Amino acid sequence: MIRQFWTALRALLVLTLVLGLGYPLVVTAIGQGALPAQANGSLERLDGQIVGSVLLGQSFTDAEGAPLPEWFQSRPSAAGAGYDGGASSGSNLGPSNDELVASIESRRAAIAEFEGVDPDRVPADALTASASGLDPHISPEYALLQVPRVAAARGLDESTVRELVESMIQGRDLGYLGEPTVNVLQLNIALAETD
Amino acid sequence: MDATVWLFVAQLATIAAVLVALYIPLGNYLAVALTSPRHWRIERGFYRLIGADPDSGQSWGAYVRSVLAFSAVGILVVYALQRTQQWLPYSLGLPATSEHLAFNTAISFVTNTNWQSYSPELTLGYAVQLLGLAVQNVLSAAVGIAIAIALARGFAYRRRGEIGNFWVDLTRSTLRILLPFSIVAAVVLMAGGVIQNLAGFQEVSTITGGTQVIPGGPVASQEAIKLLGTNGGGFFNANSSHPFENPAPWTSLASILLMLAIPFALPRAFGRIVGDDRQGVAIAGVMAALFLVSVSLMTWAELSGGGTAPQAAGGALEGKEARFGIIGSTVFSTTSTITSTGAVNSMHDSYTALGGGMALVNMMLGEVAPGGVGAGLYGILVVAIIAVFIAGLMVGRTPEYLGKKIGAREIKLASLYILTTPTLVLVGTALSFAIPPVRADVESTSIWNPGTHGFSEVLYAFTSAANNNGSAFAGLTANTPWLNTALAVAMFLGRFLPIVFVLALAGSLAGQDAVPPTTGTLPTHTVQFGGLLAGTIVLVSALTYFPVLALGPLAEGLQ
Repeated sequence: MIRQFWTALRALLVLTLVLGLGYPLVVTAIGQGALPAQANGSLERLDGQIVGSVLLGQSFTDAEGAPLPEWFQSRPSAAGAGYDGGASSGSNLGPSNDELVASIESRRAAIAEFEGVDPDRVPADALTASASGLDPHISPEYALLQVPRVAAARGLDESTVRELVESMIQGRDLGYLGEPTVNVLQLNIALAETD
Repeated sequence: MDATVWLFVAQLATIAAVLVALYIPLGNYLAVALTSPRHWRIERGFYRLIGADPDSGQSWGAYVRSVLAFSAVGILVVYALQRTQQWLPYSLGLPATSEHLAFNTAISFVTNTNWQSYSPELTLGYAVQLLGLAVQNVLSAAVGIAIAIALARGFAYRRRGEIGNFWVDLTRSTLRILLPFSIVAAVVLMAGGVIQNLAGFQEVSTITGGTQVIPGGPVASQEAIKLLGTNGGGFFNANSSHPFENPAPWTSLASILLMLAIPFALPRAFGRIVGDDRQGVAIAGVMAALFLVSVSLMTWAELSGGGTAPQAAGGALEGKEARFGIIGSTVFSTTSTITSTGAVNSMHDSYTALGGGMALVNMMLGEVAPGGVGAGLYGILVVAIIAVFIAGLMVGRTPEYLGKKIGAREIKLASLYILTTPTLVLVGTALSFAIPPVRADVESTSIWNPGTHGFSEVLYAFTSAANNNGSAFAGLTANTPWLNTALAVAMFLGRFLPIVFVLALAGSLAGQDAVPPTTGTLPTHTVQFGGLLAGTIVLVSALTYFPVLALGPLAEGLQ
């Protein structure tokens, strides 16, 4: 049995060097050499400045957390205080949790008022927190719902903003995987570039 | 609704097509890689270095001692790395973890569970992630493959006192299978946007004038083996729902295929080793049938959107990512819980009561459809032994399977195997509510959702731990002395007791001579036997777990 432990210890040490150092460093070298944009987080720039990652959702709110009318808004987030890239998380609230039902109802009322629409028109993704708390996307329905308010806040034609949104709808992968989405950061950057 | 059904069918058809195409070439490769008499030069060097003779077979007892010694050393090293984290390089300034968390995490990764009581980005730096967790992601999967191959040898060998050599099985599973496949998978995932760097946390100014933290890390290398080895432990708290782990619907499908590839090809390797390819097809067919029923039920539950919260929102989208949608989430969740992976691309705690209940049921089936790498195959073979025994009772014949008599010793070992995880699940859950101070702690600190759902969180934790899955109803705060310790014990016993029983079974079978088939022998490659096997899997789990399911997800879902 003692001999087995020595064999085990030596095997583990050698394999740790191969699997714990060699393997990740080889992958890092391939990533940094051949796929640097992806390996470093698909960073997005505006006027040369890094303003986030195309893959990570953000808040478009003021310091108090109130939504800014001139930007398209993301989904609710349970990551830290909202879209905290250092603390990814879902709400983990259950399907019959009254606290969750109450949040959904108050979000519905708030969004309906903010957008000036009937509460029944607010889509489900606008009312629910994502799994990661960093969901970069919203549904095309939610993006289109926000068009009149964004256009009014920026003094743009509704049709201009609507065309922009429609041009940024991403279909399903291969036509059948996942759901159609709009990337909120990309949309807002495109909006900033229109001005 | 019609369009939705077609999206579901198209996704399943893609998965089926890839797995069918891989079945023969990958299965044959696994069989040859694991049983070829030839050693690679680099392997010979490794055997010399560790002092193992690769050409001498081990008795089942010696094989068990090697597995346990290797796993014990693994647990000690992962524990030590966490407890000394503050002195390790690339630790992002993070402190050592507590004794009970380090104990839980060490056992979790060595047992291929990857239960995470902690939030990785707040707790572990790159040193522990790489030197501890990534290493065990590969090695715990390699151990699973080794055990499955040892059991296959038990059926194939005639009157032999040995079942192979653990060090050879471990080395070959690592160097010939898991490591090269992981490198390829990591590159594919990186092409899709999974990150791979050592940058730490980076703060950027956003277009609204605020700031956001962008995390870094060697994620793709960890992600590839997390899926391929059916480990499931995320680099980030949000696991495969985090856009840096799983950026797109197609990477999510790739993740699903990585989880299923080896478990579905191992029956082919088994068929090759026992010299009858039809036996492999029968087993893979049963796995596929159970998977199909399970994924359909969960998807139906989530699309129906039962429960007050999904109804209020107009859809069960709480805890789901917009890019995956409901179907992209349920196919992933089913795959993850019916293998032993436990990765999540959506939060099971927020699923409808019946949808989340299906995740529980998948684990309670014993994770055999197709189960974890290696563990799924040896798990379903043990149930097959029970199934031929039941059939033998019905017709009054001595049962046999693949030419080996199933006698009292074999049935005892198979029964002990079947009883281990339910005992751990039910006793662990019961103790959490039966010991008054523990109950007070669990109810005040650990449980997140009120009512029956809170009970389901604790039941889910013990089911996940004992079956070495690793997924969670993640609202549960498990980083407490009681849950860290109790779940660690469940993971340890849920992994190693069944392994000891399987290796004893392998030893007992290998020592037997073959019984020539007669007209009265039950053929085990037929659809009829497949039905019997699937029925046994479902019936054993249903009888064991129905009462406790009635207290949790069924009570909540049928309100």
